[in-house]
Amino acid sequence: MEIIMPEIGVIFWTFLSFLAVFFILRKFAWKPIMNMLNERDKSIEQALNSADNARKEMQKLEEKNEVLVKEAKLERESLLKEAKETQTKIISEARESAKDEANRMIEKARKEISAEREAAFAEMKNEIVSYSVEIAEKILRKELQDKDKQKEVAEKYLNDIKKN
Amino acid sequence: MRKLLVVLAALSLSLYVFATDEEHHVSKDRELDVKEVIIGHIINDYSWHIMTTPSGEHVSIPLPVILYSERSGFHFFLSSKFHHGHSSYKGFEIAKEGPQAGRIVEIDENGKPYEGGLIDLSMTKVVIGLLVTMFFMLFVFLKAAKIASRGADKAPRGVLSFVEPLILFVRDDIAASAIGKNYNRFMPYLLTVFFFIFFTNLFGLIPIPPFGANVTGNISVTASLALVTFFITTVSGNKNYWTHIFNTPGVPWWLKMPIPLMPFVEVIGVFTKPIILAIRLFANMTAGHIVMLAFISLIFIFGAISPVVGIAVSPFSMLFAVFMILLDILVSFIQAFVFTLLSAIYFGMAIEEHH
Repeated sequence: MEIIMPEIGVIFWTFLSFLAVFFILRKFAWKPIMNMLNERDKSIEQALNSADNARKEMQKLEEKNEVLVKEAKLERESLLKEAKETQTKIISEARESAKDEANRMIEKARKEISAEREAAFAEMKNEIVSYSVEIAEKILRKELQDKDKQKEVAEKYLNDIKKN
Repeated sequence: MRKLLVVLAALSLSLYVFATDEEHHVSKDRELDVKEVIIGHIINDYSWHIMTTPSGEHVSIPLPVILYSERSGFHFFLSSKFHHGHSSYKGFEIAKEGPQAGRIVEIDENGKPYEGGLIDLSMTKVVIGLLVTMFFMLFVFLKAAKIASRGADKAPRGVLSFVEPLILFVRDDIAASAIGKNYNRFMPYLLTVFFFIFFTNLFGLIPIPPFGANVTGNISVTASLALVTFFITTVSGNKNYWTHIFNTPGVPWWLKMPIPLMPFVEVIGVFTKPIILAIRLFANMTAGHIVMLAFISLIFIFGAISPVVGIAVSPFSMLFAVFMILLDILVSFIQAFVFTLLSAIYFGMAIEEHH
């Protein structure tokens, strides 16, 4: 029976010490510790929230980046296309102008050649004339070397002239 | 921490030296009485018994006896004056039989005890065990609070890192889940009671003074704690709580109207709750101590038959005793948890809003 008989002394001391410790700890221990824990919970929550926000922002940025990349790709393609077009244009233009130039040069060359030829022909004519004269002179001289022949020719020509 | 231990050791040592001066011879016949040994260990005592020497001398730490008698006023002396209950002092003695057996009674000139009229506020073994826990708690938590007040952004350090998980456990798994969102006002009590029971339970397992007193296995201690829970529940009870008791909704009117059967049952329920709290903790802790002591006593029971048998049995006994201690460490936590959780549930019922 003894162990279930309440003792007034123990009850008194339990209340006294428990309440004393309770009030001391409530003011000087539980309050700062609970405040600290709540504060930390809040800061953890904040950190989690901000991490979440950062992740969302990151996602947004990524999406933006994707769009940008797509745009850039499109732009590059159009630029390339344009460049190709310009290139072909420039090439064809260059070809055209080269052709023109070549034609022009050929024309000029042709003209020059024909001028040259004409000049050469003219010269040749002169030469030929002078050579002919010279040859004729030489032939005449040879023909008229002896006196008989000279006489014969003179007579012939005179005859001719006379006939006329 | 080390300082505290040194102080405690010095204190118990000085008391021990003091006690040995007071030692005396008791009867040489040392018949083994297991029941007395076990009960002697788990009940309260006016002195702190440490050992009985082979020659039959009791070595114990005397504790202060504080008495108020309606007849002779206040008395304050050390329990060693009783010589382990063998003599009376200033008209007081420790009753050997009757309903007051083991308690201090005032005796008249003829040696007959008076009925009542005596308030015994002695600092008994249980009270010392209680105070040890209280000082330990003050030491630990004031230190933890000092570390905590350095700010929430600092990592927990030292003693705070030990108590913090337990505090969070009480907050999140006991208070928040059982009470709801208004748990903050009950936190100081729940924390104090949780750590008090937890530490006291654990200290009760340490067999070296000033630990080892069966504090939470003392019905007066557990009843006091349960009364505090009861008091807080009753004071915080809102309209909804009292309506539930006196006019339980959802119950046919004829259970309440001519004969208030339902309110009667509910009112009994209000009082059984703290009683259950007190008895559960008391019975669990006492049972743990009894079983452990029984295992150790087995050695001496068999030893009384023959020393050889005693030695042969001792390894098994010790194995079981070690197992019991490990189990009791678990039980220490579980009982602290259960007491705190039930208190929290009662508070939750008291402040629950109508829905």
